[in-house]
Amino acid sequence: MYGNWETVIGLEIHAQLSTQSKIFSGSSIAYGAEPNTQANAVDLALPGTLPVLNKEVMRLATRFGLAINATINKKSVFERKNYFYPDLPKGYQTSQLELPIVEHGELFITVNGEEKRIGVTRAHLEEDAGKSLHEDFDGCTGIDLNRAGTPLLEIVSEPELSSAAEAVAYMKKLHSLVQYIGICDGNMQEGSFRCDANVSVRPKGQKELGTRAEIKNINSFRFVEKAINHEIERQIELIEDGGEVVQETRLYDADKNETRSMRSKEEANDYRYFPCPDLLPVVIDDSFIDAVRDELPELPDAKKARFVCEFGLSAEDAGQLTASREMADYFEAVVAAGVDAKMAANWCNGELSAWLNKEEKGVADSPVSAAMLAGLCQRIADNTVSNKIAKEVFEAMWNGEGDADAVIDAKGLKQITDTGAIESMIDEILASNPGQVEQYRAGKEKVFGFFVGQVMKATQGKANPAQVNQILKQKLAG
Amino acid sequence: MEFHQQTLTELSAALAAGETTSRALAEHFIARFKAFDGDLNTLVTETFEQALADADAADQRRASGQSLGPLDGLPFAHKDIFCTKGVKTTCGSKMLDNFISPYDATVVEKLKAAGMVCLGKTNMDEFAMGSSNETSYFGEVKNPWNHSKVPGGSSGGSAAAVGARLVPATTGTDTGGSIRQPAAFCGITGIKPTYGRVSRYGMIAFASSLDQAGVFAASAEDAALMLQAMSGFDERDSTSIERPVDDLVSGLGESIEGKTIGLPKQFFDDGLEVPVRNAVNKAIKVFKSLGAEVKGIDLPNIGLSVPVYYVVAPAEASANLSRFDGVRYGHRCDNPADLTDLYKRTRAEGFGDEVKRRIMMGTYALSSGYYDAYYIKAQKIRRLIRDDFLKAFEEVDLIAGPTTPGLPFGLGEQTDDPVTMYLNDIFTIGVNLAGLPGMSIPAGMEAGLPIGLQLVGKHFAEAELLNAAHQYQQKTDWHKQLPAAYQ
Amino acid sequence: MSLDSDAVKNIAHLARIAVSEEDLQTYAKDLSNILDMVDQMNAVDVAGVERLSNALDQTQRLRADVVTESNQRDELQACAPQTEQGLFLVPRVIE
Repeated sequence: MYGNWETVIGLEIHAQLSTQSKIFSGSSIAYGAEPNTQANAVDLALPGTLPVLNKEVMRLATRFGLAINATINKKSVFERKNYFYPDLPKGYQTSQLELPIVEHGELFITVNGEEKRIGVTRAHLEEDAGKSLHEDFDGCTGIDLNRAGTPLLEIVSEPELSSAAEAVAYMKKLHSLVQYIGICDGNMQEGSFRCDANVSVRPKGQKELGTRAEIKNINSFRFVEKAINHEIERQIELIEDGGEVVQETRLYDADKNETRSMRSKEEANDYRYFPCPDLLPVVIDDSFIDAVRDELPELPDAKKARFVCEFGLSAEDAGQLTASREMADYFEAVVAAGVDAKMAANWCNGELSAWLNKEEKGVADSPVSAAMLAGLCQRIADNTVSNKIAKEVFEAMWNGEGDADAVIDAKGLKQITDTGAIESMIDEILASNPGQVEQYRAGKEKVFGFFVGQVMKATQGKANPAQVNQILKQKLAG
Repeated sequence: MEFHQQTLTELSAALAAGETTSRALAEHFIARFKAFDGDLNTLVTETFEQALADADAADQRRASGQSLGPLDGLPFAHKDIFCTKGVKTTCGSKMLDNFISPYDATVVEKLKAAGMVCLGKTNMDEFAMGSSNETSYFGEVKNPWNHSKVPGGSSGGSAAAVGARLVPATTGTDTGGSIRQPAAFCGITGIKPTYGRVSRYGMIAFASSLDQAGVFAASAEDAALMLQAMSGFDERDSTSIERPVDDLVSGLGESIEGKTIGLPKQFFDDGLEVPVRNAVNKAIKVFKSLGAEVKGIDLPNIGLSVPVYYVVAPAEASANLSRFDGVRYGHRCDNPADLTDLYKRTRAEGFGDEVKRRIMMGTYALSSGYYDAYYIKAQKIRRLIRDDFLKAFEEVDLIAGPTTPGLPFGLGEQTDDPVTMYLNDIFTIGVNLAGLPGMSIPAGMEAGLPIGLQLVGKHFAEAELLNAAHQYQQKTDWHKQLPAAYQ
Repeated sequence: MSLDSDAVKNIAHLARIAVSEEDLQTYAKDLSNILDMVDQMNAVDVAGVERLSNALDQTQRLRADVVTESNQRDELQACAPQTEQGLFLVPRVIE
């Protein structure tokens, strides 16, 4: 794509863990509260306050580590990362450096049909900072510390991604996985899942890495791809013009589709990491890890393989169904209600997904429940409605008009399967269209479609297509 | 006998026997502060009005048979390092001169729950950094035995207040000797328990892995009473130990016959002033007469205590004090031009020289390129020092030695050179590095100035320590001495 | 170990403490003296010795994941130097 250049990308993702309370205090982490109403003495770093570690945070981090086949460090240590910023009340962020909870994991991505293994160097725990509001305060910045202390899992990939497309695939896979295993809600608008990309280029075949630039806080998949591609081009152009890439932090501007240097973070920071003496080394044993392992849900890749095997689905269909746990569960519920797996898959990946996308809803918010869809599928299977009509029924169900039977009844959509009725209808149509009948009998097979269309028109689409085909063929054959 | 000539234990008995009231006690000691503290400067903030109300409440409880226990209604004062709700909490610093704490430290809660009556917040070296109480923003504290001498530090105010019996007991904190050294200098009993025995929640942090709260009182018996109430697991402090508190009081009277006391040979070299050496030797004889065996022990790495401490403590402090930035509480400079100006001027104005020096020392020791050589190395040597103690304790029950290398020095005498000041803690620091419990008890006088004996116990052996101290105090009366001006 | 004024300048900046030009020298001298004292550590060989962070070799206790705090904004902002609409104010920060 870039001629003689190779791209090296590493992603750092901050996932906000789905706990009730903060990592080191008992304050709530619920989104959207009034400023500083979820910030207690510990969160505000009042003199004399101390941190106490949230057990759930350790469990969720361990769960993640198991889901990516990583090493779970039985002893991990919290360190202080020292720097001054108004959204950082203690003047240091409690994080992990030398001994993170999770190390050496892997994630498999598929790009253009090819699978690639991406190493996950580490995942460590840290506390989030507060928020700064720069508008509305007359030359001042307002600080809200509700978010300060929210637990984050920082997930760092090996620099093994070689294109923006791979980066997006990795990000999407991770985004799906963290929701799958219930450790993060993945809500990018609310900041629960944030991505920084480290991008560098080097001449094809060169072993040494080029100087990298960090692009911060990219909050949508669309922007990741654009930002990274823009940055790659910027770096290549810069080097080809004789310049040098500077190691720096850049912000992506979505409106202008460009990255620009962040002034305030440009100076190299000496973070003076050291183990936090208010916290002790965290030691977890095999029984802790085993208990977490027992709760691990079936992971996406395993589920996909099972769907292929158990339900006879194609890899593509299975992949689409298992992209989200909710969709996979929905599908299985439909099948469990007695629907053929292929039909269920078609409807989940087809109509259901289309409507969900159209209205930007998640599976959990679908007005058509699994039971309702199963009911509709059964009416297709028992020939009450055709597949085509069923789509109308689906729309009506989506709009709250009741379940399949109610809608079919109310709208009179029942399929016509009475052979006698169909026969007489076909007789009528053939009688009214002698010209086309002759054409067909003379060999023009395409005319068949015309007749089918006429029957459907006359029956408002309710004639059972299979029967129509059969009877029509019969009658035309003479 | 006047109230200030009685111990906490005796006052407790008097209250229980109905011989006096909490109100009477509060009034008496308030009067003493009013008479003497203009001179001594032991208090930063007085809470006399509240104290009288608390005393009355204690009397009412007692009258209706609902006394909270042996400490109910007894007067004392808190070192101004403990956050006290609704009351100014300064930590001896301009940085917190306007800080009214919105919450109570655990130690404060516990002593309130025991019914004790707090008369005020005592003066201290700024952010607990000092050995003479000369770095306080609120002025120096005088030694009640000799006003031209320092009371010791950092808990100088707490020590001097008890030394002059302005109050029978006070709380203190000890990071490198800040209870034991001033106890020695003021002729009183001071105890620092095992690290983690008393909660640090609400105790403004200096060096987190070393800080511990403790007590100043006129006797081991008194100290035991208070420490009992202060100790215990606190879920708000991750370093707090989940171990039941031993009964520190009922075993005080036991004989110490057969106990082995170790004397570290490194504590008795040429640096030890003669009067201190003599007092310590005399004290050892008393212990022998009580039936204890005495033997020499070796703490090979103890000579590195001071260098290790002055890397580890400032390093931890440099991070602990980063929160003082003028944003959420405390001092803020006027008209900050921008964020950097806000931070730099606020901190330059709010902190005194010694604090700034230690923050910078700590920042340096943690900085890129120096972390390995300083901080990591110091932590490794710390292990060696601790392990020396643990090894020694395989052979002895207690360790004894001098608390300080010399007599209380003069005000202004050591303020020119920080390192000279640091060497005052040469015998006490190792105990903090090892997390062991330590005490200082009065063991002699020279030229009208008190000399302290240090006792160190195994982890969680506070009861054993207090027992030994109490037995010594049954046989000697150094601890009963009061400076003439305050009798 | 000796520190010069430039070194002190850097340290003071990391620690966000304003130090006047004259005071830089004094701090340099004092810190150098302290470092000389600290350099006594060089006498010890610590090969194979593990670092000690906590004197009692404790490990971290885990707290149950429960919300225990309620809104305390008014109380906790009573001691704040400058607030508006519930936010702590600082001079404008440019990102």
